[in-house]
Amino acid sequence: MDEIMNCMQCGFCLPACPTYRETGKESASPRGRIALMKGVAEQKLPADDEFEQNMYLCLGCRACETACPAGVPYGSLVETAREVVESTKKQSESPSFVRKLIFEKVFPYPERLQTLGTLLWGAQAAGLQSLAQKTGLMKLLPRPMAEMQQAVDRVASPMERRKREPVMKPETSPPALRIGLFTGCIMDVMFYEINQATARVLVKAGCEVMFVDNQVCCGALHAHAGEKDGAVELAKRNIEAFEQSGVDYVVNNAGGCGAALKEYHHWFHDDPEWKQRALNFVAKVRDANELLAELPEITFTKSLAMRVTYQDSCHLAHGQGVRNQPRQLLRSIPGVEYLELNRADSCCGSAGIYNITNYEMSMQILDEKMDDVQETKADVVVTSNPGCLLQMKHGVNRAGLAGRMEALHIMELLDRAL
Amino acid sequence: MVSKEARSELISVVGEKWFLDSPNELYVYSYDATPLYQAMPDAVVIPGSVEELSAVLRIANQRGINIVPRGSGTNLCGGTVPLEGGIVLNINRLNKIKEIDQDNLTATFGPGVITADLHKAVEAVGLFYPPDPGSMRISTMGGNVAECAGGMRGLKYGVTKDYIMGLEMVLPTGEILQVGGKNAKDVAGYDLTKLLVGSEGTLAVVTEITAKLLPLPDAKQTMVAYYRSLTDAARTVQRVIANRIIPATMEFLDNATMQVVEDFARIGLPLDMEAMLLIEQDGSQSQVERDMERIAEICRQEGAAEVRLAQTADEAAGLMAARRAALSALARMRPTTILEDATVPRSRLAEMVEQVNRIAKKYDVQICTFGHAGDGNLHPTCMTDERDKEEIHRVEQAFEEIFLAAMKLGGTITGEHGVGVAKAKYLDLRVGSAGVELMKRIKQAFDPNGIMNPGKMFAKDTRRRVVVKSCECGHEHATEHEA
Ligand SMILES: Cc1cc2nc3c(=O)[nH]c(=O)nc-3n(C[C@H](O)[C@H](O)[C@H](O)COP(=O)(O)OP(=O)(O)OC[C@H]3O[C@@H](n4cnc5c(N)ncnc54)[C@H](O)[C@@H]3O)c2cc1C
Ligand code: SF4
Ligand code: SF4
Repeated sequence: MDEIMNCMQCGFCLPACPTYRETGKESASPRGRIALMKGVAEQKLPADDEFEQNMYLCLGCRACETACPAGVPYGSLVETAREVVESTKKQSESPSFVRKLIFEKVFPYPERLQTLGTLLWGAQAAGLQSLAQKTGLMKLLPRPMAEMQQAVDRVASPMERRKREPVMKPETSPPALRIGLFTGCIMDVMFYEINQATARVLVKAGCEVMFVDNQVCCGALHAHAGEKDGAVELAKRNIEAFEQSGVDYVVNNAGGCGAALKEYHHWFHDDPEWKQRALNFVAKVRDANELLAELPEITFTKSLAMRVTYQDSCHLAHGQGVRNQPRQLLRSIPGVEYLELNRADSCCGSAGIYNITNYEMSMQILDEKMDDVQETKADVVVTSNPGCLLQMKHGVNRAGLAGRMEALHIMELLDRAL
Repeated sequence: MVSKEARSELISVVGEKWFLDSPNELYVYSYDATPLYQAMPDAVVIPGSVEELSAVLRIANQRGINIVPRGSGTNLCGGTVPLEGGIVLNINRLNKIKEIDQDNLTATFGPGVITADLHKAVEAVGLFYPPDPGSMRISTMGGNVAECAGGMRGLKYGVTKDYIMGLEMVLPTGEILQVGGKNAKDVAGYDLTKLLVGSEGTLAVVTEITAKLLPLPDAKQTMVAYYRSLTDAARTVQRVIANRIIPATMEFLDNATMQVVEDFARIGLPLDMEAMLLIEQDGSQSQVERDMERIAEICRQEGAAEVRLAQTADEAAGLMAARRAALSALARMRPTTILEDATVPRSRLAEMVEQVNRIAKKYDVQICTFGHAGDGNLHPTCMTDERDKEEIHRVEQAFEEIFLAAMKLGGTITGEHGVGVAKAKYLDLRVGSAGVELMKRIKQAFDPNGIMNPGKMFAKDTRRRVVVKSCECGHEHATEHEA
């Protein structure tokens, strides 16, 4: 409550907020949402459907948090508000089928995600995707999902995935650092190759990279969607897995997951033992960009003659304060001409599963983003988070730039120049 | 208040999408940046054109529905809180810059244009619109006109009223009126343009603004001076001006303000200092350099411990941005942040700073002071907790004494934030009862049915409605009951 009270309604956060910019409505602004939370907390407003919609129209990009001079922790406020919504709803009705599927049946189980990946690979291999598009089968999927999946690259085959070595050692010995790669849930299925690229880049920088067993999804999506219990359960399993591995750092390449991993200790307010274990874990968490910037500069062997621009991942920039490191890394690649993107730190509209749950708003934000991207005249738009990458790939398609422009994860680009 | 028929008439004017009356939507237009004031509107209407806006006013006037014009709701006097319900009329959508006239050096634009966006647009063609309130990245030009906003460049360049040449307004009856324009000289009749500037939404709704522009100065330099004593800093301001140098900006921050600003902006302020001045000069390169040297010398003579010239444009911009965030940053300290706006002639600045500190001690309240020192415009800001009724009472007493002290030094109760509801009961202190009476008659002429922003500017203790949040702080308006 004190944290809500700290908002002094100055409105400094308004221009930073993409949903306010799109709608011009106070209810779609950070200041408005905080006022509504205050209203609910003081029982002047019910936590009803309208409140729910307003809380979920927020991208959770936390640009408002960076802009707020009063230090209002908006990100955790909106998570709490969503928890209130979900717990109110749970009392009255059963959660929707999709929610249940996503939060209870799939994300907590790495093997199920792997299966999903295998199915997706199979479908792509058999050309089902294009068949489905031609026959109109796609019309059966909800439009957002149907459109988005066109942006998915070919996923790695199950065989490829099984071939992965559990430990990758650098040429230099002893290794500078032993790091455990946080592979993530979706990341490791849909973007298996990006994890491999990250590992190769880290190895080149002198690290020994371990793929620690028994790690699971970070829980960020659960937390953002008001499913706190599920999130806490996943956090415990990750803390345990990495405790046992004995690594120096837990390194991730997904801004969203990274921000959640770094906030684990906030999830154990009333559990001192776990809070301490979480704090120890959090102290080891680094984004790959962050760690690479601290290590001796990589000597690249290839020159990439391309014009590159960078779209910040909100949870990396606003959540973790990692802004300069990726830019520095990009500039260090031989041949790359780096071009700064106007409003690079403004959300691309991806925001977890936002582009599925709030499709229209997401696309409106994306189209505006693509205008800025085109203005840079870059050949490659780089991001540092799988969700943003998928969204930007989709943006490239939507803007009719396929073939002329590529969207890549920063680790992929670095890997190309190794 | 908004009957079924009125509702459907209004919807037929602006469309479903821009007529809001669901509980959440009403709630978020029940407040502005002023602490302690909140009241629910009956509807929110966001017209997309002057014609729509005029139709809305006509309907409201016929049916006796109150109208509260609203820009971005950043005002600090409760100006947009719908104390007596009615329609919050948001002008955000009227946000087109229609013309930048490079021959006449004017700009013409809608009232919903954000102040900083206007700056950017005119600066892109080498022109300059000086007024720059701390809220400029959020505030609308309509709001700036209605409050006669000041800013950090007020010392050399004046405030909003010095730049407004012409307006289009819609009267409560729906009539659309043009006043003033591009003529540099124009004495035909009363100056209605100037009358509207600072009218706080109580007379008419501004729908188009023509502003005077200046050539963008060639050069600009920014400097900070740190002091071990508050009074030395205040005296420096007086001395610089007495030496006939008019810097573009002279901002004052005391130690407590520096602490919180540093906490947010991390620009390396020395926290062992009691106060700092942030000084900016613009003009031709040689003039700027000469002025800055002389100002630095005066700072040192008056006891500055350190004087530092910003080395890059980024460093300068960072300092100015940090100063703009001062008020909001103070909110980190305690739950409620109440800012005041006492102004004195520049020559009395040091005395005023001492008075504020004395009064804070007397009432045992925590007051930080920062402000546009060069204009004599201080913002003593109290960090308190609205839930502590006893403390709030002391805060009220302290502020009352601060106003009286300012008046005694030849000052005024508000330099730039307006009267609104927060200062209504002090208005006669400044303009006298005859002044209040005359102002009321002017309002009567514009708004015979009294629908425009009722309860603002003139204290009024009848016909109150539910105030969602109330402050039992001695203001008559703040007691809570139904009309
Ligand atoms: C952090 C912060 C810093 C600030 N710094 C300064 C500063 O340095 N100098 C300064 O002067 N002020 C400052 N302010 C106060 C405030 O920003 C100004 O008063 C500003 O002009 C308000 O603009 P707005 O668009 O938010 O207007 P609103 O708050 O929406 O409205 C202000 C008043 O104008 C009326 N109004 C709005 N639009 C119209 C219209 N089109 N026609 C008729 N009436 C209208 C409203 O009814 C209301 O009475 C600051 C505020 C904050 C929160
Ligand atoms: S969240 Fe921060 S920036 Fe936004 S209105 Fe509140 S105090 Fe101001
Ligand atoms: S998190 Fe992003 S979308 Fe949500 S209120 Fe903040 S700036 Fe707006």
